Amino acid sequence: MAKITFDGIEVEVPDGTTILNAARKIGGGVVPPAMCYYTPLKGSGGKCRACLVRVAAGSTKDPRPMPKLVASCITPVQDGMVVENTTSQQVLDVRKGIVEMLLINHPLDCPVCDQAGECDLQNFAFEHGVSTTRYEEERRTFEKIDIGPYVQLHMTRCILCYRCVYTADQLTDGRVHGVLGRGDASEIGTYIDKVIDNDFSGNVIDVCPVGALTDKTFRFKQRVWFTKPMNAHRECSHEKCNGHVTLWYKGKDVMRVTARKDEYGEVKEWICNECRFDKKETTDWILEGPAHVDRSSVISQGHYELPVVNPQIIADLPESTIRDLQQNPPLKLGGLNG
Amino acid sequence: MAPTTAPSKLQFSPAGQTEIKRLLTHYPAERSKSVLLPVLHIAQAEFGGWVSPEVQDLVAETLGIRPIEVYEVATFYTMYNLKPVGKHVLEICRTGPCMLRGSDELTANLERITGAKVGETSPDGNFTLKEVECLAACGFAPVVQVREQYYESLDTPEAVDAMLNDLRAQIHRPILPWEMLGEVHSQQQ
Amino acid sequence: MGRKLLTEHVNVEGIETFEVYRKHGGYRAVEKALKTMTPDEVVDEVKKSGLRGRGGAGFPTGLKWSFLAKPEGVPRYLVCNADESEPGTFKDRYLMSKLPHLLIEGMIAGSYALGARTSYIYIRGELLYVLRILEKAIAEAYAAGFLGENILGSGYSLDLHVHPGAGAYICGEETALLESLEGKRGNPRNKPPFPAVQGLYARPTVVNNVESIATVVPILNLGGDEYAKIGVGKSTGTKLFSACGHLNKPGIYELELGVPVEEFIYSDEYCGGIWKGRELKAVVAGGSSVPILPKELILKTAAGENRLMTYESLSDGGFVTGTMLGSGGFVAMDETTCIVKNTWNFSRFYHHESCGQCSPCREGTGWMEKVLHRLEHGHGSMHDIDLVVSVAKQIEGNTICPLGEAAAWPVAAAVRHFRDEFEWHVKHPHEATRPGAVYQGAGVLA
Repeated sequence: MAKITFDGIEVEVPDGTTILNAARKIGGGVVPPAMCYYTPLKGSGGKCRACLVRVAAGSTKDPRPMPKLVASCITPVQDGMVVENTTSQQVLDVRKGIVEMLLINHPLDCPVCDQAGECDLQNFAFEHGVSTTRYEEERRTFEKIDIGPYVQLHMTRCILCYRCVYTADQLTDGRVHGVLGRGDASEIGTYIDKVIDNDFSGNVIDVCPVGALTDKTFRFKQRVWFTKPMNAHRECSHEKCNGHVTLWYKGKDVMRVTARKDEYGEVKEWICNECRFDKKETTDWILEGPAHVDRSSVISQGHYELPVVNPQIIADLPESTIRDLQQNPPLKLGGLNG
Repeated sequence: MAPTTAPSKLQFSPAGQTEIKRLLTHYPAERSKSVLLPVLHIAQAEFGGWVSPEVQDLVAETLGIRPIEVYEVATFYTMYNLKPVGKHVLEICRTGPCMLRGSDELTANLERITGAKVGETSPDGNFTLKEVECLAACGFAPVVQVREQYYESLDTPEAVDAMLNDLRAQIHRPILPWEMLGEVHSQQQ
Repeated sequence: MGRKLLTEHVNVEGIETFEVYRKHGGYRAVEKALKTMTPDEVVDEVKKSGLRGRGGAGFPTGLKWSFLAKPEGVPRYLVCNADESEPGTFKDRYLMSKLPHLLIEGMIAGSYALGARTSYIYIRGELLYVLRILEKAIAEAYAAGFLGENILGSGYSLDLHVHPGAGAYICGEETALLESLEGKRGNPRNKPPFPAVQGLYARPTVVNNVESIATVVPILNLGGDEYAKIGVGKSTGTKLFSACGHLNKPGIYELELGVPVEEFIYSDEYCGGIWKGRELKAVVAGGSSVPILPKELILKTAAGENRLMTYESLSDGGFVTGTMLGSGGFVAMDETTCIVKNTWNFSRFYHHESCGQCSPCREGTGWMEKVLHRLEHGHGSMHDIDLVVSVAKQIEGNTICPLGEAAAWPVAAAVRHFRDEFEWHVKHPHEATRPGAVYQGAGVLA
């Protein structure tokens, strides 16, 4: 075990834990933002530099400060380490700079972007950025591409976090998309028109921090903050999918299906394309109750917080589901914005 | 294996296949992907000076890796030409030390003489002009690289003419990378 | 005339062949190491020599070797970084093409010291003709029994291979080089783990510059202590400098560290002064990444002392009034040089060479290039001068690898020392873009 001090708060974590995960153990406002790191994806992290923190003391053994800010998502803790995040003006200033870098070539088309309201970049910019831009040059643009029947790639919005590449590598046996080109001309793509076609391809939508990979069965159907998330499950025949999902309702209609995510937006269990794209009827699912959105984001503004199913939303809930819910009430939920 | 591509109709020459086999012995058996960059060089030399998607698929098939792993690499490194090129690709260094000694003028002259702009191929199909970054020949600037040849100190019209004449006189097929290696093979085996 | 330890026999006819190289004392260092020394003794000699990495960072080579992890039964590697791409630097290409056996001898001695059984020379793809020279020399070394099984009957075996890159400056960064050697994109790795623990194929690996490895040969021949007597202070031994730009005699010079910069530029023994009878304006002393210095600061330190060709003297004054020795790429600029244009040119280089993996470098290098392009072409504002410095600062120190600093330093230094020239470009856009017009201070046009 290693004991570290993070923003003045002591926390003890197993050896080898990263600084970011130690901060997540503390939770709340001290947790550094992460745009590329994704716990379920091996090798992710280190790229966006949003989570840079200052190590004021390396360890008990070697208490010297680290010369540069370090990416908290990939730097392991050492016993006696002292880390500054929100308590360091340098870190906050650098983070402002990172927001600026990520935005200079971003289209800022949030008003027409499906990701708006649950976009990591939107949240990151809102919380850490400045309200003006110093960038006068033309922005980088790409054509939209359909990669397969379900997913659209809008590269212009991409921040090159590589998450979708790791997802394809680690979830499927035939990755066909990757990072092409170099420098600021890098792009996610298949090079020649190829279809991303495997049973788990839809997960790239869930891991995308921005609106670069969107669900074609949901595009432009609804603003996410007007939809109500409901946890549900079904007996999925796919051996690697256990059918645990979140359904997003507008009125009686299931607008989209996603994997369940934790408070840091990370997928808890991957789901298959059948669950995600083909099962959009309430009757396909056994409802468990409202999903709680923990993150402070637009998406969590319009949510009911009742620990029961709202009959106005789902009028014709199956008898069996109502019985299930009565016997196993969902977790007690906290206040708005978690 | 390359799962998403039909078997390629293209083939490496017997000499190319021998060279690939030789190179594969340089790396641990389970790390054969290491040979990707050298094999792409061979492919580029064998198939007309550029690597088409079909050629890249052949490379993937040859090494038993996914096509995307080849595309990712081929688009990262600037020596691999992704579009058809002329018989000779003139890689003109444009970086500081060459610029200080006239690379801008050299580029303008080559554009005028060949009739091709940077990024284009001359109408006679002989020369493709390509601007590149530092070629590690700064003391002999300005510099042009053409395949395995460095043409240096191209700061006079005579030097430029000499280079172009030299290239025009060269055989109208690319020198394959291992053609200079015959004696090396025999000594190593 | 100083001593030449690397290039003493460079002009001997046929020195690139095994036979001639051997006749001139070649492979003595390998014989000495394999027959009379333990691997650790070789490491000790290199430590004693004070040799500092010749690729640019100047980290002590012996110390780097001693960090190598040596778990039982796990192969380890020595990889030679021959990806010489730093603008202004062309010494390794020269060394490899003229003296291939010197590098091979250094690789054998170094691999023996580190316990590597397979070693690689990663050479930039543009140097395919040098790769042929090396392959030929390696074949000769195999035939002579200096490579392969049981070298010189010592029981030590080594295979040595050359591997080409394909056009990417970033592969000079050691972890990007290893990725590239594994057949991948040249994306630098996150550190830790460092290559000494997990390098090539996740095995312990040392990556050294060509010149560093070649220098192991004279170190073993002389002994580390003797080698350390050459030079000044912690800048021991000899070093290759590649001089270019507006010099009468550009080229590669082997210097005992400690030669005054002024002598190096103006003496007929070295660069022979500035071409066309012109005045020196500025120097980039250690490859394009290091801060540019105006004439008065490159010849003398801020304290008025003679600047010497050593690690310490060149960095005297920090980045306020000093620079770095870097890779030894020495770029001299005469009085007609436009600093704004040169700065833009360098920033275009870094923009072109950024791998694109981390956001400050991917986005920031392109942004700097665009603003500098604007300034150079007479469309900039005073605000742009501060903007480009601010962007440089946002990149510096915040990236995965040192390319961020390499891109930021030259820009920041150019504005630091030549701000008046940038301002002149803003105030006089028409003059600034007139061909041949150059700012010479106080608004005077050439």
